Amino acid sequence: MSEMLLEVRGLKKYFRTPGGMLHAVDDVSFTIEAGKTLGIVGESGCGKSTLGRTVLGMLDATEGEIYFEGRDITQLRGHGKKALHRDMQIIFQDPYSSLNPRQCVFDLIAVPLKVYRECHGKDALHRRVTGLMETVGLAKRLAYAYPHELDGGRRQRVGIARALALNPKFIVCDEPVSALDVSIQAQVLNLLQDLQDEKGLTYIFVTHDLSVVRHISDDILVMYLGIAVEKSNTKELFKKPLHPYTKGILAAIPVPDIDVKRERVLLCGELTSPIEPKPGCRFANRCPHSEQACRLEEPVMEELLPGHFVACRRARDLNGI
Amino acid sequence: MSGDIKTSDSPAGDEPKRGMMETERRIDDTRRRSQMLSIWKRLCRNKLSIIGMIIFLILVLAAIFAKQIAPYDYSAQDLTNALAMPSAEHWMGTDDFGRDILSRVIYGGRISLLVALLGIIISLVAGGLIGVISGYYSGTLDGILMRIMDVIMAIPGFLLAVCVSAALGSGVLNTAIAIAIAGIPGYARLMRALVMSIRGNEYVEAARVCGQSGFRIMIREIVPNTLSPIIVDTTLRIGAYILMISSLSFIGLGVQPPEAEWGSMLSAGRQYIRSFWPIVTFPGLAIMATLFGLNLFGDGLRDALDPRLKK
Amino acid sequence: MSLLEVKDLTIHYLTDDGDVSAVNGISFSMEKGDTLGLVGETGAGKSTTALGIMRLVPNPPGKILRGEILFDEEDLLAKPEAEMRKIRGNKISMIFQDPMTALNPVMRVDEQVAEVVKRHSGLNKSDSLRRALDMLQTVGIPPERGGDYPHQFSGGMKQRVVIAIALACTPQLLIADEPTTALDVTIQAQVLDMMNDLKQEFGTSMILITHDLGIVAETCDKVAIMYAGKIVEYGSLRDIFKQTAHPYTIGLFNSLPPASSDVKRLKPIPGLMPDPTDLPTGCSFHPRCPFCQELCTEKAPEDKIISPGHSIRCHFYQELKEKRPVAEVGK
Repeated sequence: MSEMLLEVRGLKKYFRTPGGMLHAVDDVSFTIEAGKTLGIVGESGCGKSTLGRTVLGMLDATEGEIYFEGRDITQLRGHGKKALHRDMQIIFQDPYSSLNPRQCVFDLIAVPLKVYRECHGKDALHRRVTGLMETVGLAKRLAYAYPHELDGGRRQRVGIARALALNPKFIVCDEPVSALDVSIQAQVLNLLQDLQDEKGLTYIFVTHDLSVVRHISDDILVMYLGIAVEKSNTKELFKKPLHPYTKGILAAIPVPDIDVKRERVLLCGELTSPIEPKPGCRFANRCPHSEQACRLEEPVMEELLPGHFVACRRARDLNGI
Repeated sequence: MSGDIKTSDSPAGDEPKRGMMETERRIDDTRRRSQMLSIWKRLCRNKLSIIGMIIFLILVLAAIFAKQIAPYDYSAQDLTNALAMPSAEHWMGTDDFGRDILSRVIYGGRISLLVALLGIIISLVAGGLIGVISGYYSGTLDGILMRIMDVIMAIPGFLLAVCVSAALGSGVLNTAIAIAIAGIPGYARLMRALVMSIRGNEYVEAARVCGQSGFRIMIREIVPNTLSPIIVDTTLRIGAYILMISSLSFIGLGVQPPEAEWGSMLSAGRQYIRSFWPIVTFPGLAIMATLFGLNLFGDGLRDALDPRLKK
Repeated sequence: MSLLEVKDLTIHYLTDDGDVSAVNGISFSMEKGDTLGLVGETGAGKSTTALGIMRLVPNPPGKILRGEILFDEEDLLAKPEAEMRKIRGNKISMIFQDPMTALNPVMRVDEQVAEVVKRHSGLNKSDSLRRALDMLQTVGIPPERGGDYPHQFSGGMKQRVVIAIALACTPQLLIADEPTTALDVTIQAQVLDMMNDLKQEFGTSMILITHDLGIVAETCDKVAIMYAGKIVEYGSLRDIFKQTAHPYTIGLFNSLPPASSDVKRLKPIPGLMPDPTDLPTGCSFHPRCPFCQELCTEKAPEDKIISPGHSIRCHFYQELKEKRPVAEVGK
């Protein structure tokens, strides 16, 4: 086992809203080995993006600890945080709003290099930016193009180059391919994988697209309304999902194969918002197997099978373990 | 520029090519240097904005070189020749004191334009700064600044200008400050709203993760994206400012007679409005030409500065 | 008799930047009760085709240059606007991608449904309101929520309201433009299921515009794959998924992350969608096609029928078939 690059323990992030406390991330714990990819999956509003941003320190955690290379980074402020962002970066979902429309590609990529005074002199800066553009597969002639002149795939490559500029060890990919067409999506996924192999990067891959996460992740964390409901190795999760919610979303993905008819375990109802959640399992009122006790008691994350964690009171009897 | 970006793509896309020669690694720097040039070119392509710019330039040049251009002294009175219709000697006629209207319009531009531009600059810088800070660091600071702006806004703009002007005394700079103060809250409000909408964009977040300081983010990431609405707002304001200067002059607080100034020429001539048309028409036309030129130019400038609208 | 027959439909957007060839002569026909999947990537011309059928292409800059749209054997393109207005929302309706912006935020949802009913059926106000509440119940919204405003609904519920409006007059043809793209998977599954059931119930034909081949597999009977404003492959669901013939369709399938996690690298289609103001000569797909030959760069391929009901636009279908066993390609 290689060493854990990132360890998150009991992380909570609450937001104050007019309706009460919004529990965006509630008591989530996980670890990531160096060079691996953790997929965080869930529907919109489940707190997966907030989790990614809190890990990066873009949002201050309400409670809990985040250890990066064995060091608690939750308390870092000012310069400490700035230094941290050398190692931890983010790729955003929307390649349209994540690039300043008034800056050209060169400037966009050069910003982190300038801020951290990575390059001495104009020539060095030029070389670095050109190198980065090559790495992500952007033609040199695009250096002075503006974002609106690029298509979605190329914009996302600019976003990736910017994240790579400081040679980080760890990158949070926040839905990096959701806004792209399938053929371009595949190009960007391949690029992300190549970069990982080449530079030994560690990713958190936040997405709602299960087929993408299955392809790219080593481990998966499933979130529902701010809590982690299931956590396992990717293969295992897709082979034997234990939590009723995971089963529900797996059954809901439309399969591009006409011979596979999906089983209809349709989840009824919709996501509510995690403002002042009631005690008990948050999934209980959509769960086809919920009992009275589920609504009273908060389920605890348990290791039901080796390396396969699930937070469900009934997971044992439902899956015959 | 966008044309060659979309086409001529190799079928293999932009797959990385390794082992490039060092000489090839240099990015063609000439393209960046041509930035200002391309903005200029885009501006030139818009014919209306060029017309606007020419009109405005003529007025500015006339104001600067008033001494050389004006056929008469703007304050030289010739009561025997008062209220003369336009003729070969006096192209725009003479006013009730027999002063040459053309000369007064030319000299008047000096004060009207200078004071209005100074006023715009003062209110834009002060209001913009307050707005950016307020919008970027919402919370208590925002609350305090905005309440101050509300207080200023609650006082009618003209009344405020009168008070400031009375306190500071007359003169070009003082008049500019007087009219600028009333304009600050408007800019602050506009800027704050713009900043708040831009602040939510992911590129601002990205800048923060890239370690940029708050000040740098404001200047580099946010302010450039507020330019378009600000420019439009500014071109519309200049007219209002010119009129406010004239109002101040009218009640004796702005520019003192016999100093020529478009607004005061208008108000001084208003009693002859039925009997002798040139006395109000020409300064009025001068104001109109300024507004017209600036509006056209402002629209063109906004489009030229926005890379998204580049063709 | 076909319900809808589109012949050589060509729609361009005439902009300052040039002539955008959005739809370049597409032809297809639909039987009653069919669901046709219109599949393609951004800029393939799917939505423009849909707007063309509704005669809603924004003009200017859009212009329908050529073609015929026979609906119930009447040419829609020849109809005056007033008559078109009677057809829209009545015989042909459309569901848009974003349910958030498709509803009027200051109007109760039952009134929004009733408005369409009243307009097309001639019922009086209370009757059309009653019909609206029925319709809302059909799409799974309890009648007591009819008096609510759109912001009180979640995304999935809003899309249900939009569907209720679209189906209120039991149209013969429903055009759904990415109806579930803005929704979460579990909600998407609910909405798709509901749409399938309603289609059966009302006997409505449907054109489903999507980029998701998974949704196509679950809901469509016929599939048209669009690329750069042309239908490059057309066939039954089985033809497209099992007898995949066009290199672009093959590329699309290969780009999808596979179901088994053993495959490490994806096989994307290289390059990008062509610029619609400056399409490549010959076959529009040739710069990205792995099987491109000289002929492809010179001459645009004609529609070729390769088996009953299955046609493609490709010069080298035969050669392709020999080079790559079709069974492996379909995967």
